[in-house]
Amino acid sequence: MLKADMLIDASEIKSTISRLKNEEDYTLLLDVTAIDFSEYPDITPSRFAVIYILRTSNFKKHLTIKTYVDDNTLEVDSITDLFFAADWAEREVFDQYGVRFKGHPNLKRVLNHHQFVGHPLRKDYEITKGQICTETEDLMDEMIPLLKSKGYKETDLEDLMMLNVGPSHPASHGTIRNFVAMEGETITACVTEIGYLHRGFEKSCENHSYSQIIPYTDRLNYCSAMLNNIGYCKAVEDMLDVDITPRAKMIRIVIGELSRLTDHIVCNAANMVDLGGLTNFWYIFAPRDKAYDLFSKLTGARLTNSYTRVGGLEFDLYDGFEEDLEDVLKDVEKAIEDSLSLVEHNRIFHDRTQDVGVIKADFALDAGITGVNLRAAGVPFDLRKDAPYYGYENFDFDVVVGSHGDVYDRIMCRFEEMRQSMKIIRQAMKEMPDGEINVQHPAIFLPSKNDVYGNIEGLMNQFKLTFEGIKVPKGEFYSATEGGNGELGFHITSDGSGTPYKVKCRPPCYYSLGAYARIVEGNMLADAVVTMASMNFIAGEFDR
Amino acid sequence: MGLGAEANLGDSIVTTKLDQAINWARSYSMWPMAFGTACCGIEFMSVAAAKYDISRFGAEVVRFSPRQADLLIVAGTISYKQAPVLKKIWDQMCEPKWVISMGACASSGGFYDNYTTLQGIDEVIPVDEYVAGCPPRPEAVLDAIMRIQEKSFDESIIKERATNFKGILDA
Ligand code: SF4
Repeated sequence: MLKADMLIDASEIKSTISRLKNEEDYTLLLDVTAIDFSEYPDITPSRFAVIYILRTSNFKKHLTIKTYVDDNTLEVDSITDLFFAADWAEREVFDQYGVRFKGHPNLKRVLNHHQFVGHPLRKDYEITKGQICTETEDLMDEMIPLLKSKGYKETDLEDLMMLNVGPSHPASHGTIRNFVAMEGETITACVTEIGYLHRGFEKSCENHSYSQIIPYTDRLNYCSAMLNNIGYCKAVEDMLDVDITPRAKMIRIVIGELSRLTDHIVCNAANMVDLGGLTNFWYIFAPRDKAYDLFSKLTGARLTNSYTRVGGLEFDLYDGFEEDLEDVLKDVEKAIEDSLSLVEHNRIFHDRTQDVGVIKADFALDAGITGVNLRAAGVPFDLRKDAPYYGYENFDFDVVVGSHGDVYDRIMCRFEEMRQSMKIIRQAMKEMPDGEINVQHPAIFLPSKNDVYGNIEGLMNQFKLTFEGIKVPKGEFYSATEGGNGELGFHITSDGSGTPYKVKCRPPCYYSLGAYARIVEGNMLADAVVTMASMNFIAGEFDR
Repeated sequence: MGLGAEANLGDSIVTTKLDQAINWARSYSMWPMAFGTACCGIEFMSVAAAKYDISRFGAEVVRFSPRQADLLIVAGTISYKQAPVLKKIWDQMCEPKWVISMGACASSGGFYDNYTTLQGIDEVIPVDEYVAGCPPRPEAVLDAIMRIQEKSFDESIIKERATNFKGILDA
């Protein structure tokens, strides 16, 4: 049976994680979540369990730790003093499940609004029960302790200017709210509030079959929808112990890398708009639209593609795909060159981006930051290299790292990663194997129409699969891929039926955003704007 | 006695032509405010970018301040948490103003029929045009802008706009 790697008593959770961190090199906290077992078919020691997911410093191994929470106290020790990342992670568990973390400095809701009553991911919370929010909170409850911790006294507060940035602000892309205390142009303290695009991904998953969830995954990081499709389907396939066909793997690599390309395009284009360089936006958005044309030819949709299926893909490549693809790649190459020619040796660009919004490598790791944001800080972590899947180990490509972790490094790393992705795509197209794209498996794929109309087994098979869904073995499982923003993980709990008992997405930019406030403090407000754009916060992903 | 400009002009001047002139100018210079929260917001970027080029319809001056805009394009899912913000934005816009609800989420909650998602922005603010799709293709958004342009020809400077809308946040 699939289960957590370690089962620990709640009283020992902190000491165990501390030991794992200090002695066994599990230095990255990936995620914290909980499971409400009240409707689970098996009897469990208590109603709630908390799950911790850790990764080693060489990024090769991950570990899941599970602990049952006492029904009466609903309390576990907080690990915020071991990992910075635990701050928001534990707040989310509290918000969604009502499990409290003893010793957490600021245990309040993070995704749901402050007038919300109850905990929506508990099994007894009805999915459609919405609660109206009439006003936004003032956030002074977080700001005042923060300022005090920085040595300000009650009397000093009058001298600071409190400024609200977002959620509706051109820099915050509609969904992030930062509340800052300013001394002149400098930010002395920053509080980030999210949840404005919380749309109940995880609760919706518990009400849909495994295949029906695929469209929901599109809308996590909607700039690279197909990377989410791949990450999710891979997790389910791993649970089913299904190995997809070589052709499906190769196609997933091609479209995955192409999605990474469009993801980086959107991020860099928006970033340069925020810097005032609108021309770059026109330059690099044009080939993106070409890529979208290719996507819609292949999948039927421009943005929300839902291209993968559990066990394979929806369609095979169409005739002429390769030429279209090469066309897109050539345009992207040209656009990168054009765009770089405007900024590479541009003094204004350098002044606005270099040494701005610096993320130090050890802080990034402490905060659970992965992906480009981490690599730009000089840490060469990339799941495609460190824990390769689908044969990434056979490709010739470089992990792109920066040296300083500033906005400049992040922009340049994205540009270079786009080049590396193109390199992978070209190699993959050359090696593209023939054959089926879907595994032949009656419990996963619908039978052919001939069988459905021609024999009773086929008919039964069609009915069973349509009504009951794909049955995934009971247990808990975590699987991760390299998404557009870093380690994109899915922690799935199955009760053996066709509907997942629980799906938790490990959203890479949730953790980047959790660290954002600490990164911009001490910087100027205008720099905070470009720092935000350079970290690629995608609301669908961090708010889910 | 007339209202507005007519009050200053006396009885002998007919304002219908002025209406037409103003409406003509207004409809070809919409200033949209893009309230993009989610995936639809990304597609709105395509509407604005080179290929679909919203400026062909005179609506390329995308504002981020509601004070400077007369067309609100709500592109993306609106949660209950976001709803008061959206209402405040709408309240801040000057008359005459219009709203396009872009995509399934803004129009009806889309496939997020759950505890956190507002089941359509028309529970909070009035909507003039709905655009189907998840996300709608850029052409569909352009089409909605053209429909708003048509609507704007009904405006008159001597007529008060009807504002009897009551949403869940209008206590
Ligand atoms: S309608 Fe679809 S594409 Fe638009 S915001 Fe909603 S989920 Fe995203």
